[in-house]
Amino acid sequence: MKRSGHTGDKVINAVIRVTGYSSILFVLLILIFLLREGLPALSSTPLKNLFSARWYPIEDYYGILPLFLGSLLVTIAATLIALPFGIGTAVFLSEVSPPWLRDILKPVIEILAGIPSVVLGFIGILVFAPFIRKFLDIPTGLTAFTGAVLLGLIAIPTIVSVAEDALDTVPNSYRQAALALGATQWQTIWNVTLPAAKTGVLTALMLGIGRSLGETMAVMMVTGNAPVMPLQLNSLFRPIRTMTATIASEMGEVAAGSQHYEVLFFIGIILFLLSLVINVSASLVSTRSRGRAERLLS
Amino acid sequence: MKEFIIRNLSITYSDENESLKNISLEIEARAITVLFGPAGGGKSTFLRTLNRLNDLADLKQMKGEVLFQGQNILDPQTDVITLRRQIGMVFSRPVPLPLSVYDNVAYGLVMAGEHDRRKLDEAVEKSLKQAFLWEEVNDRLKDSAYSLSGGQQQRVCLARVLALEPQVILLDEPTSALDPIATANIEEMLRELKKEYTIIIAPHNVQQAARVADYAAFFLMGELVEYGSGIDLFTVPKDQRTSDYVTGRFG
Amino acid sequence: MRAPGMDKSKTIQAVGFNLLRLVTAITVIPIIGLVVYIVVKGAPAISWEFISAAPSNGMREGGILPAIVGTLYLTLGTALFSVPLGVLAGIYLAEYAKETFLTRIIRVAIINLAGIPSVVYGLFGLGLFVLFLKLGTSILAASLTLSIMTLPTIISTTEQALRSVPNSFRVVSTSLGASRWQTVRRITLPQALPGIITGIILGLERAAGETAPILFTGAAFFLPQLPHSPLDATMALPYHIFVISTQIPGMPIQIQYGTVVVLLVFVLGMNLIATLIRSSARKKRQW
Repeated sequence: MKRSGHTGDKVINAVIRVTGYSSILFVLLILIFLLREGLPALSSTPLKNLFSARWYPIEDYYGILPLFLGSLLVTIAATLIALPFGIGTAVFLSEVSPPWLRDILKPVIEILAGIPSVVLGFIGILVFAPFIRKFLDIPTGLTAFTGAVLLGLIAIPTIVSVAEDALDTVPNSYRQAALALGATQWQTIWNVTLPAAKTGVLTALMLGIGRSLGETMAVMMVTGNAPVMPLQLNSLFRPIRTMTATIASEMGEVAAGSQHYEVLFFIGIILFLLSLVINVSASLVSTRSRGRAERLLS
Repeated sequence: MKEFIIRNLSITYSDENESLKNISLEIEARAITVLFGPAGGGKSTFLRTLNRLNDLADLKQMKGEVLFQGQNILDPQTDVITLRRQIGMVFSRPVPLPLSVYDNVAYGLVMAGEHDRRKLDEAVEKSLKQAFLWEEVNDRLKDSAYSLSGGQQQRVCLARVLALEPQVILLDEPTSALDPIATANIEEMLRELKKEYTIIIAPHNVQQAARVADYAAFFLMGELVEYGSGIDLFTVPKDQRTSDYVTGRFG
Repeated sequence: MRAPGMDKSKTIQAVGFNLLRLVTAITVIPIIGLVVYIVVKGAPAISWEFISAAPSNGMREGGILPAIVGTLYLTLGTALFSVPLGVLAGIYLAEYAKETFLTRIIRVAIINLAGIPSVVYGLFGLGLFVLFLKLGTSILAASLTLSIMTLPTIISTTEQALRSVPNSFRVVSTSLGASRWQTVRRITLPQALPGIITGIILGLERAAGETAPILFTGAAFFLPQLPHSPLDATMALPYHIFVISTQIPGMPIQIQYGTVVVLLVFVLGMNLIATLIRSSARKKRQW
């Protein structure tokens, strides 16, 4: 009994194997090309300039700090908005809602996940920003806060679905045990279910942050495009500019290989590394020791 | 004639669970050999070594020799695909593939490259008849195998093994999901089949073991405690542990 | 006899539940409101001319055909690359890969790909496809960029769909002398197909709605004629929405909403198809 032919199998097996590794290749390619185009910024632009507080490329000021802080401000605000709504909705769907309502609400939230960010940006400009301007009586509605609300909306579907999955994996016996001890359903949710789903909820939070940090179009359209240091108390209600919006709005107008081009790619490197850290740590948090899957047929 | 000669077979899983410890055994051709003992004793692992189905599991170590018709099938050079066509297997729960009755029975042959419709038709009919199922399903061959009853499903599973015309049939608790009548049917079939096939079975209880055994092997915690003719093992066991188990003192 | 504090904890529960209901309502109602509002404002703009004619008078009149066609091309181009690659990679992870160090690296890479900001994909596409491979700003460069962005979605859903097929089928198929690939092709892949198609559609839906990755790789501001080859740049619905809502003063509001409606129909239509495939497959499943 020697190995017989199966040549067709060998070819397809080899193809499958190679494509399996392709994700590693693409991550490396992305990193290589970002570095290749962006690292020269470090030699063309003095560090003092690069990390200064002034972004004004026409006069060769390439301070990334205001953009970085702009991203930070919007992301934090968006997370604070999305978190209670996202987790609250997830808890409602998984612990309180009757099944029929849940079957209606889940697709609605999936619809939100499917709405392109440019559409949210569009509504932001036409409807939400004017409302903010009038409601808060400020000179413009294109503010960090406006962006944060839209980003919150964008992050909510991610947070809801990850958190709901986490709540679903909490064994029912936990809930039953708590109820049997005389706890109300609310106490059970608060003291048993949520803590048991802690890591999942944390993962949801981190993925939500990652989503907000990387979002481009909606933020660019509604945050007013002002690369200023958001350090005042009322900065949240003033125009700002994020890193992503800066790349998107300026890359179209620069010459390939120019200093401005290099710095924009350098910002890309920063975004890449931030998303790497956030997403990999989110996955580390969520990785539970998986028992050996059913080895063979039971 | 010996179908299998097993020498010093030891197996450890990656999680150190359910292993085989230095098993040596010779299995007779065209007879029913019964492997029995408490759950987790290594019967399934042993069965799955004989057709190299353990390749799908997470093994840490496999030592020793398993000679099938004189060839060591643990040799990495073994063509396992051909081997599995010669050594068929029936599992504890009926697991029809999500295909029609016909395609279930023809599956192994089609995978082996047989596409001649007439030959497939013949093989399907012949093996369904061998499994005493032809009368019941010959007008439902195109239906999903899941539309059949549990006992019928298990006979489809047997028929699809017979269609490959194997030399050996391994059965891992084949009647554990069946009612007494379906179980009796299967046992009756095995007595018929042993005229042509070598049958190795892990039955799901001692009574069944005693009913069908020509030869019997008692497995306990990965060890082969005792091996001999069925009559000897179930009436005058040599080892105290075998005796305890057979008389129902544990298990 | 009642336990002391029982009334109090009941009240707390009532308040808590109502709070959850409120939070969910605040999350869900604006979504429905948003879609309804857009459709109401945009529907009057939709006419045969609107979806079959090129823009005229500085895009303030006429239709949006080039943008519709461009988005179709980009979506199909993305499917062309990402579907075979993503499905095969998903098969590898579900059916071939053992849990080794290398497999863990692959998983980290996929997680990482899924998290990279879309505008960074745009930069990458600009660097690799537009400039280094000299494809120029083109449908091809934009489709390739979107493909890599879509890949993690397709890989993950393919893997999940395959893993949901009972392992017993693999064991049985193998025991009957099927090779690994035969088992995948005959048994696991057909069983997982509805899940895989759902994943593909959801991945492509996202690609169809993306703007940032195509900004510098293939999107054109205004291009009244339809693209002739994959090396042409193209208009696309998401970018067109960005353009008409921020770059063109005096743009009629109805055309803006009309364009958004067309994109939403395109994207949410794909979403709906995916949902239908998923639920009908669940009903048909035998195991």
